[in-house]
Amino acid sequence: MVQPTDSPILSVENLRVDFATFAGPVHAIRDVSFTLNKGETLAIVGESGSGKSVTVRSIMGLLANNARIVAGRIMFQDADILKNTKRQLNALRGNDIAMIFQDPMTSLDPTMPIGKQVAEPLRLHTSISEKKALAEAVRVLQLVGIQDAAERLKDYPHQFSGGQRQRIVIAMAIITQPQILLADEPTTALDVTIQAQIIHLLKEIQATTGTSIIFITHDLGVVAGIADRVAVMYAGKIVEYGMVDEIFYNPQHPYTWGLLEAMPTLTTSADRLYTIPGTPPDLLAPPPGDAFAPRNPFAMQIDLAEQPPFFPVSPTHAAATWLLHPAAPQVTLPPEIARRRQIWAARFAH
Amino acid sequence: MIKYVLKRLGYLVLTLFIVATFTFFLMKLLPGTPFNNPKIAPDQIAVLRKQYGLDLPVWQQYLNYMVGVVHGRFGESYQFTGQSVSYLISTRIGPSLQLGVQAMLIGTLLGILLGAVAAMRKNSWVDATATIFAIIGRSIPNFVIAALLQFWLAYKLHWFPIALWTGFSSSILPTLALAMAPLANTARFMRTEMVDVLNSDYIEVARAKGNSQWQLVARHALRNSMIPVVTIIGPMAVDLMLGSLVVENVFAIPGIGQQFVQSITTNDYPVIMGLTMLYSAMLTGVILIVDILYGIIDPRIRLSGEVNA
Repeated sequence: MVQPTDSPILSVENLRVDFATFAGPVHAIRDVSFTLNKGETLAIVGESGSGKSVTVRSIMGLLANNARIVAGRIMFQDADILKNTKRQLNALRGNDIAMIFQDPMTSLDPTMPIGKQVAEPLRLHTSISEKKALAEAVRVLQLVGIQDAAERLKDYPHQFSGGQRQRIVIAMAIITQPQILLADEPTTALDVTIQAQIIHLLKEIQATTGTSIIFITHDLGVVAGIADRVAVMYAGKIVEYGMVDEIFYNPQHPYTWGLLEAMPTLTTSADRLYTIPGTPPDLLAPPPGDAFAPRNPFAMQIDLAEQPPFFPVSPTHAAATWLLHPAAPQVTLPPEIARRRQIWAARFAH
Repeated sequence: MIKYVLKRLGYLVLTLFIVATFTFFLMKLLPGTPFNNPKIAPDQIAVLRKQYGLDLPVWQQYLNYMVGVVHGRFGESYQFTGQSVSYLISTRIGPSLQLGVQAMLIGTLLGILLGAVAAMRKNSWVDATATIFAIIGRSIPNFVIAALLQFWLAYKLHWFPIALWTGFSSSILPTLALAMAPLANTARFMRTEMVDVLNSDYIEVARAKGNSQWQLVARHALRNSMIPVVTIIGPMAVDLMLGSLVVENVFAIPGIGQQFVQSITTNDYPVIMGLTMLYSAMLTGVILIVDILYGIIDPRIRLSGEVNA
């Protein structure tokens, strides 16, 4: 299940996270494993509550107080991050691994000038002087596209627009040249044109610094724009992973099908857009089989009873669905998925 | 900014004028006269009334007084013959200001500290203790605290003078008695706000940058949590000034609070007027300082001419 890769910089292995509630433990992450390669962008997609955020928050040690890591390890630089002391964790955060948050309107300290906020990680992790740190802040702010950065160091967050603030948040994250950037829905709170600019900016930064990015989103359009590889999460598990083209044109898991069908294309002419029927399972008591089975029109008896293992599709692509079992019946694909498979097949015909 | 402060000072003068006018006429409605001493003969009283201009119609007395005030003359005390009100206040304001400033500083600074620690250790015994302390501090009147401190620490243990003004050591107990309410209030506001602030997104971002818990609080949480605390500094100053009226009496402190009470019981009109205006000036001054503090602490609040006075 752990994907073999050339040079993983981070590997999450068999992670399980519970949240203590009055009703009992909620199993938010149920045996998640993946690797992140040097210089690549891995997108984690899934609907709200699928565990995307909890997964990256585990990496950063930013889980809520009632969260408990039940099992698993997160290997970074030959050490398990989960075994770090608070001090080791603080030395890592904002230095080797940095994070970009969802809402730029609330991500910045309203009472601190932005120059100081951008320079803060440098001041925390290096012995650089305030003056040099601010000079570096100007450089990074220019890099992320803040006009007249030098003159605006003393300005406060409320003097910037939402898109500018997200650029400042990104500047803050990359000033220490981290090896890994965790981006938790960084474009969700922005309007579409600004989204595209921010994605373009992240790709540019990656091209110059070679940083690895984990990009969390529920927006497949954004995934197509930024990701090298994709992991699809559902109900606290990864159900399918692969290169971005493999996920978009040769999807295997019915949940991935549902996500792709729900995304309108240029040819969509239906009165109502497609939605996946039903609701995600209650993670207080996850179902024994494939958690997606109750919403899955292609579900078989075994889907309700037994958890499907990962079936490899290619060296880089695998999906956890019984449909890939040699004994499974051939199903009639939804039209949108059939169309995508045709594009995929045509690509190999040449 | 300078324009703003000047404008506010203008409002301050207007406020004082209104307060003086109201006080003057209300004061005239007080029962009794300044010359209640039975040893003074009626004809002597008539002479005194003429001497102080009290035989004139009230509106003329008012005009005379206001003209005097504009020229910086606040009149003479009836009670202490020959002492001008300005002199009386200037010799007595020292201890009162000392107590007020000490109580305010101790109250707000300790309150901020206590509230911050309670918020950082939310739902722990530290938090519970701080909450109980805040409830006690808020609910027991300061003159009761004053009497308790006086009885135990001064009378029983002889650590401090009981009721005698000899300088700093005499100021400790009254300062504590006065500081209790501001301390409790500040702690309560600080805790509530800081719990909120510590849950906010930018604190999580700051944590993701590698700030330790203490760095988080020192660099980001404290300042943001202090905004509502600044709001209550004004009302707390009022409480302090009122509290000092009684507490100064309990500890026999020769301050203006004690003088104020005396001047009212003896109908010492010029002193009542002078002190009322002094208190109003101090209060509006505190409110002005609070508004300026807002702008310093929270850059989103810009000082401009539009701010309500």
